[in-house]
Amino acid sequence: MNKQMSLQEMVGQLRDGMTIGIGGWGPRRKPMALIREILKSDLKDLTIVAYGGADVGMLCAAGKVRKLVFAFVSLDFIPLEPYFRAARQSGELEVMEIDEGMMLLGLRAAAWGCPFIPTKVGLGTDVIKFNPDIKVIDSPYDDKEWVAMPALKLDAALVHVDRADVRGVCQIKAPDHHMDDWFVRAAAKTYVTCEEIVEADAFAEPADARLVFWERNFTSGVALVPGGAHPSSCSPNYGFDIPHFQEYNASAKEGGFAAYFDKYIKGSSEEEYQAKVGGLDAIRKLPQPVY
Amino acid sequence: MSTPASDYSLAELMICANAQAYANDGEVLVTGIGVLQRLAASLAMLTTNPGIMMTDSEAWILSTPNPVGKRPADFVQMNENWMGFSRIFDNVWSGRRHLTGGPTQIDRFGQSNISAMGGDYQKPKVQMLGVRGFPGNSICHANSYMVPAHGKRVFIEGECDVVCTIGYNPERLPKGYSFDEIDLRCVYTNLGVFDFNGPNRQMQIVSLHPGVSVEEVIENTGFEVHVPTAIAVTAAPTEEQLAIIRQMDPHNLRSKQLKDNPPGVRL
Repeated sequence: MNKQMSLQEMVGQLRDGMTIGIGGWGPRRKPMALIREILKSDLKDLTIVAYGGADVGMLCAAGKVRKLVFAFVSLDFIPLEPYFRAARQSGELEVMEIDEGMMLLGLRAAAWGCPFIPTKVGLGTDVIKFNPDIKVIDSPYDDKEWVAMPALKLDAALVHVDRADVRGVCQIKAPDHHMDDWFVRAAAKTYVTCEEIVEADAFAEPADARLVFWERNFTSGVALVPGGAHPSSCSPNYGFDIPHFQEYNASAKEGGFAAYFDKYIKGSSEEEYQAKVGGLDAIRKLPQPVY
Repeated sequence: MSTPASDYSLAELMICANAQAYANDGEVLVTGIGVLQRLAASLAMLTTNPGIMMTDSEAWILSTPNPVGKRPADFVQMNENWMGFSRIFDNVWSGRRHLTGGPTQIDRFGQSNISAMGGDYQKPKVQMLGVRGFPGNSICHANSYMVPAHGKRVFIEGECDVVCTIGYNPERLPKGYSFDEIDLRCVYTNLGVFDFNGPNRQMQIVSLHPGVSVEEVIENTGFEVHVPTAIAVTAAPTEEQLAIIRQMDPHNLRSKQLKDNPPGVRL
């Protein structure tokens, strides 16, 4: 069994109009090499589900997003993502804005084959008012009303991990794997990029096996892309690239996304991209953030 | 033993006031979003309420709070348990948490906004963060707010442009709920301390910082604030509190949180 694929093959399996979940959180462990590959493709009309960072900003800026399901889009140390802001303020982005925990419940509902999961989260707020598709229902067990958070079924999930074997056993050594396991379980197909391809016996030690957060029968494809989370972080391997994010953020004020895209992504392979940002060795030396 | 300090900044006064919020909370997860809020949570954990639990804002619960800002290379943080973001919800939805955030708008119902402002929802004039975890926080556990610049841009006349948190708006009270289930505690601003225990859960003055007048509060609040007959002066930090704050903030990041870092007692 060998699930190795190229970035191009992965993106080649995506279709216009698909609902795509993206792992990571804000500027942390985003599958950016796959995002760059999508930016170079003809894909369009995507529904994106994410705890968003520059992944969402770039896809919005490139006109790839028809609808965004989000709780926030932020680069943390730059709180407001410039291209997400621009997309919202243009009025052209369809959104489903929900609580961070509601997104988790929606992914779980999809993973578990439930149409919805009841929660009190969202009651009394504009999350309910501005999302008429999210129903508020009576309970068979008490006299309260509950938000019926609908399943967020994904056609594909994109995630970046530390190590994987060719069968799709994936390990995340970062302090937090965020909601990646739920994105994977909510998705029909999961495409994984990794820092390192290892032999199957790499997970033999219990301490290593505990850092495998989903089973390989959820992994559809694996691509070796060390540094592939750049400019987001991939702790403990590298931190996020603060100067690069600052340049990206500044591009929104001068030059626009086209200038950023032309400089770094257009016509460039992932290797060429990484060479432009200083090379893999430099990426691996990016300091870990202090929270 | 406590020795009231005579020389302290307004930021330090707000930290100490905010720390008091947690004194009687018992064993709860405390989250302070922002430098002053985090220092307040740390101060409370190290003084009035050792039962407090805090995260490192990444993935661990700490037995001792981390100082803010860059830490020495040999610093070892005191982890207590793993607390990745998905597990945060497992704790938060139990209600055993008290959070102090810093919303951009607060209305007369105590509802708050961090999502977007102006225009209409489909095309906001200013897109901010998004609702984040605020809706769930507001209906699951205790919440307080900190406001560094008390003014009508924050304490708005109408309802929040995007209502991110449930408050005390009768029209939005969900079926089967009473306001007693919504635990909005205090608001800590550069002018004073407020709560929502006025008539009909109106925001009222609890204490004013040294030299601040009731009129100044009224002029800078977009809705009617209840003025009780007895209004305290916010308690000055003690020397012991200031010593702990200095330990937790060795780079003096607190001095950069309020415009011009004003003194606690107005000159």
